[in-house]
Amino acid sequence: MSHTAYRTLLSRLFVGACGLAVLVALIPLAFILFFVVSQGFQALNLDFFTHMPKPVGQPGGGMANAIVGTLILSGLAALLAVPVGVMSGVYLSEYPQTRLASAVRFASDTLNGVPSIVIGVFAYGLAVLPFKQFSTLAGGLALGIMMIPIVTKTTEELLVLVPGSMREGALALGATRGRAVFSVIIPAALPGIITGIVLALARIAGETAPLLFTAFNNRFFSTSLTQPISSITVQVYTYAISPYEDWHRQAWAGALVLITIVLVCSMLARLATSRVSRLRTR
Amino acid sequence: MTDVPTHATHLPPRPTVVRADRDGVADATVKVDVQNLSFYYGAKRALEGISLQAQTNRVTAFIGPSGCGKSTFLRTLNRMNDIIPGTRVEGSARIDGQDIYAPNVDVVELRRRVGMVFQKSNPFPKSIFENVAYGLRINRLVTSKAEIAERVEESLRSAALWDEVKDRVHDSALALSGGQQQRLCIARALAVRPDVLLMDEPASALDPIATQRIEELIYRLKSQYTIIIVTHNMQQAARVSDHTAFFWMGKLVEFDRTERIFTAPREKLTEDYVTGRFG
Repeated sequence: MSHTAYRTLLSRLFVGACGLAVLVALIPLAFILFFVVSQGFQALNLDFFTHMPKPVGQPGGGMANAIVGTLILSGLAALLAVPVGVMSGVYLSEYPQTRLASAVRFASDTLNGVPSIVIGVFAYGLAVLPFKQFSTLAGGLALGIMMIPIVTKTTEELLVLVPGSMREGALALGATRGRAVFSVIIPAALPGIITGIVLALARIAGETAPLLFTAFNNRFFSTSLTQPISSITVQVYTYAISPYEDWHRQAWAGALVLITIVLVCSMLARLATSRVSRLRTR
Repeated sequence: MTDVPTHATHLPPRPTVVRADRDGVADATVKVDVQNLSFYYGAKRALEGISLQAQTNRVTAFIGPSGCGKSTFLRTLNRMNDIIPGTRVEGSARIDGQDIYAPNVDVVELRRRVGMVFQKSNPFPKSIFENVAYGLRINRLVTSKAEIAERVEESLRSAALWDEVKDRVHDSALALSGGQQQRLCIARALAVRPDVLLMDEPASALDPIATQRIEELIYRLKSQYTIIIVTHNMQQAARVSDHTAFFWMGKLVEFDRTERIFTAPREKLTEDYVTGRFG
């Protein structure tokens, strides 16, 4: 075999191996999607979105309370994480060299790696024990804490990408540093930052562990911030470990709804990002 | 007859006075007066004892090879280098007699008076209108909507862009061509009515036609502004400027009327550079 032929063969082998690895990585996703869709779709109907859970033994019912609960919990988390995360990201990109910035970066990365159940325990100690009451606020706090480092990181990364010439242009017109950040640099990165926030929301909407002993669960429809509240994830968990066939079906449907929310968020985010990068290269 | 600083390292820098009328360019009042200015990036000295004067309603060009300090010097005139940590300025730079490095100087106000156009056009990701209105809004120069609109139109006209964009001033500035973007940046700088306009290689990223338009613009604008332009294009310096300063390795080698610099330079180094023997 000539040397060239040997090299071509080697190249093909490698490309083939890479392709195989991709397939292996995609198989779990394909199986998850297949099972969730095939199982969940049967149990999914309009009632699922509009009705409350039925007592054990009665078939039917839905997860209206859990869907609303997940929305409220995610909203509360965003309320906490977006201001804190975006502001931290602005600080990190504006003063990247300071000791505080290194400390914040390290803390943020560490927080991102803390197991979600630990964050749940923390929120339990902070917001449940003192009031002797599971609450929506405690759940939102736990999810918010999880979301902060993600938003911080995205914001920092996107602000750093804004060309320095943009800042200089603003300063040269007599803008103060703060003015330049808020009137030019953040708007330039805004589509990307919003995308990051949406992705972070999709990520925390799928969390179960931080909610188990903060928001807990609620069989009834509630929008009270000081009462326990249901969420899709905890409801899926509760139904899935139950011995009832009908509840299992409901759990599959819940999983399908959850996965759909995450997928739609990711796709919207992707669409927005590609439009932004087109704008940039122009 | 006064001396012009030479590039000789061992000689102390001497103040420069632009000489009296000789080549048909009448002397005007001094707008920018720099005396013995040195600039440091940390311990590294990037500019060494620069002294020169730029006159009102004249175009002063800075030429020299890459890294000679001409851009750095330009950026000391609106204190743009302040944003780079670890930099330091010695000597004095006065605009209208006021030392711009004096402790009581408001940098924000200085930068409003000394406008700047950059090498690469840097429109903000906003509409054409909002780009030009930006300086007016942040400095609260004019507040009524009508006045802002008036000033935006006036600035776009001054920058020879109005006719091309008047029907789409609320479209994104990023949709403009490179040359249009650069003229937009000029309009943006003009809107706040600066006294001095600094231009850092404003046409280096543009095609010849767009370059020509910018040069024509510079020629027209000098009746109202004091313009200082950095360029690596010697023909451009010869075409647009009244006075030319030749920088080399952080020093001002020669500063004179543009015609003198290009036809009868005093220094051998200047002659070698303008005739293309190096650089």
